Amino acid sequence: MRTLTYRDALREAIREEMLRDERVFILGEDIAGYGGTYAVSKGLFEEFGEKRVRDTPLAEEVITGAAIGAALGGLRPIIELMTINFSMLASDQIVNQAAKFRYMFGGQPEMPLVIRMPGGGGAQRGAQHSQSLESWYAHIPGLKVVMPATPYDAKGMLKAAVRDPDPVLFIEHELLYNIKGEVPDEDVEYTVPLNRGEVRRQGRHVTIITYSRMLHVTLQAAEDLAKEGIEAEVIDLRSIRPIDIDLLIDSVKKTNRVVIAQEGWKYYGTGQGLAALIYEYAFDYMDAPIQHVTSADVPMPYSKVLERAALPNKNDIVNAAKAIVPAALVRA
Amino acid sequence: MKTVEMPKMGDTMEEGKILRWIKHEGDQVKKGESLAEVETDKVNIEIESFASGVLRKILVPEGKSAPIGAGIALIGAADEALPAELASNGAAGKKSETRVKEGNGTGYATQTVAQQASVQAAPAALGQERIFISPIARRVAEEYQLDYQQIQGTGPNGRIIKMDVEAALAQRQAVAAAPAVPAIPSPVEIPVPGPAPVAVEVGEAVEIPLTAMRRTIARRLGQSWLASPHFYVTSVIDTGKLADLRRQINEYAEKDPVPVKVSFNDLIVKAIALALLRMPQVNVSFAEDKLIQKSRVHIGMAVALEQGLIVPVIHDADKRGVLDIARESHRLAEAARTGKLHPEDLIGGTFTISNLGMFDVDSFTAVINPPESAILAVGSITPTPVVVDGQVVVRDRMKVTLSSDHRAIDGATAARFLQEVKRLLEEPFGLLL
Repeated sequence: MRTLTYRDALREAIREEMLRDERVFILGEDIAGYGGTYAVSKGLFEEFGEKRVRDTPLAEEVITGAAIGAALGGLRPIIELMTINFSMLASDQIVNQAAKFRYMFGGQPEMPLVIRMPGGGGAQRGAQHSQSLESWYAHIPGLKVVMPATPYDAKGMLKAAVRDPDPVLFIEHELLYNIKGEVPDEDVEYTVPLNRGEVRRQGRHVTIITYSRMLHVTLQAAEDLAKEGIEAEVIDLRSIRPIDIDLLIDSVKKTNRVVIAQEGWKYYGTGQGLAALIYEYAFDYMDAPIQHVTSADVPMPYSKVLERAALPNKNDIVNAAKAIVPAALVRA
Repeated sequence: MKTVEMPKMGDTMEEGKILRWIKHEGDQVKKGESLAEVETDKVNIEIESFASGVLRKILVPEGKSAPIGAGIALIGAADEALPAELASNGAAGKKSETRVKEGNGTGYATQTVAQQASVQAAPAALGQERIFISPIARRVAEEYQLDYQQIQGTGPNGRIIKMDVEAALAQRQAVAAAPAVPAIPSPVEIPVPGPAPVAVEVGEAVEIPLTAMRRTIARRLGQSWLASPHFYVTSVIDTGKLADLRRQINEYAEKDPVPVKVSFNDLIVKAIALALLRMPQVNVSFAEDKLIQKSRVHIGMAVALEQGLIVPVIHDADKRGVLDIARESHRLAEAARTGKLHPEDLIGGTFTISNLGMFDVDSFTAVINPPESAILAVGSITPTPVVVDGQVVVRDRMKVTLSSDHRAIDGATAARFLQEVKRLLEEPFGLLL
């Protein structure tokens, strides 16, 4: 297998889908001549031309509304919003239109719309541009919300999203674009399902559920825990909605303990949603209260030092796991 | 002033002996710190303080035993006055932050506890105190019919967690049945941790104090022998095909990425597991007013140690492949010899195998390991003249004897079970399918 960056894996997915299906097109701010804010669409304008790679005004509601219309008309748009923070301007289009059409018109229309956008913090973008808002959208029936953490999944899930008949919010992370990972050769066709998590590391003492950038932080934490004899099972959720609940429950049955590590805030966030489901379906298997590792409950500071302090880190995960794994169990 | 009590560290424990006080009178003690080392039935355990303060008074000196729930020390402020009656006689302590309930019908409420409760009326209300136990711990306790109210929780807020229940179960299950020996040739060198009893010469004899393990063996096997009417069914098994199969498996297994050697005993474990799966009426416990039929098959293997014997359990043996069983039995035998068995390695057995084959034993009978209802005693494989098609030829034969608890299993059932075991061992391809 080759090694690709997350960014290149995304570009390959878009390009392959555009070659495969002429109904696929992309639109967004500065995606054509400039190649996209994070250079994901670099070269696509030159290859496919302005009909299928379209720059838009700085107007998220317009971009999204136009894409919804195109999807209803039989096309398969992929739109790029510069960050999830700007998607709030398009929230009526996303929540009230894209998520509702199929339901309100008796299941007749499909809404094959993909909204790509990065979320999260850590790059000193300040309070307004560093938010993790996936739980907002994951709250809405009618939407699918996925957050791949690796180049392999980025490519496979983006291709699956393009082929999916429903609106998919495809949330990336600014700090993931440059990470590298194995991706099958160009002639190997594959997709990754939009409803499946993945066990990234096997363990028996505690299950750590995470996704997106925090997966990489969690895997480092699991290494540190292993040095102290704590075997953490790391689950990459990948899809925030729908939730691969069976995978989580199977793991909880094995470990009896859960840490949820996410970059977003704690209150009413994805972690609390997952925790409620785990308590509902696996109560009889719990040996300790679920621990949450999240960002501090404040707007993201701009200061580098304060931002680092506000974001969850490796030690937070290690400490959360150690808080619920009894030392005597590890010695045994 | 808070009373530190002798904790109940397992279902079979009735008293504990203070081996060593880690803290001494006048020492500052923090919650969670180790106070003393206590010898129980099988293991030595450091007991932790559930309160912070000064260790004011040691009530049970080193080398002495105290029943569960009895006060063994007092913790309080440095200037707090010692209760008069305790200061004077230093006997059993008061109930304070106890979680021991009396009168729950399980017989655990020892006389001492009852006496204390009657002497001291006020803390009796503590008997109503809520016990904190994690959901999985409660579930496991209920599954094994263990009275968790007697367990000392080690989790936050004294919460009983799964590990505590497993430790209690391990204590209950630790000691087993009949004479037996592991499927490992080397003699036991490393004893499990614990002080060797000091032998004392008395006239022309030597009196050897019982170790905790010996006491437990004596009590449990004595109970088994008295409570369950044993009967025995013996079968002679032709092991020719089994030996061929074992040779083939081992030729394959030695080239496995994780090489392993499969013993006859491993194959017998598999055969028993499959037979139990097919005849669940043997996979039972007798519980006075009912039979409990187990849905899972966990095979205990009796392992001889220098100071006694122990029965580690191969869990879900019916679902494991033969190589997996071999690896697990190697691990368990090794862990048993080095005293490194985990509590979970000892719990849950539904049937035990005792193999004395390596001692050139023709056949023997074994005592059932409660709460199981049957045990298989396996003798040596011996070349034996037998008649085949009218000709006397030499064949390898092995005698196995099934001990059954007649309260739970009848003769015909035992015979059919043994027939199935014989079939599986004489046509052993079935063990791989």
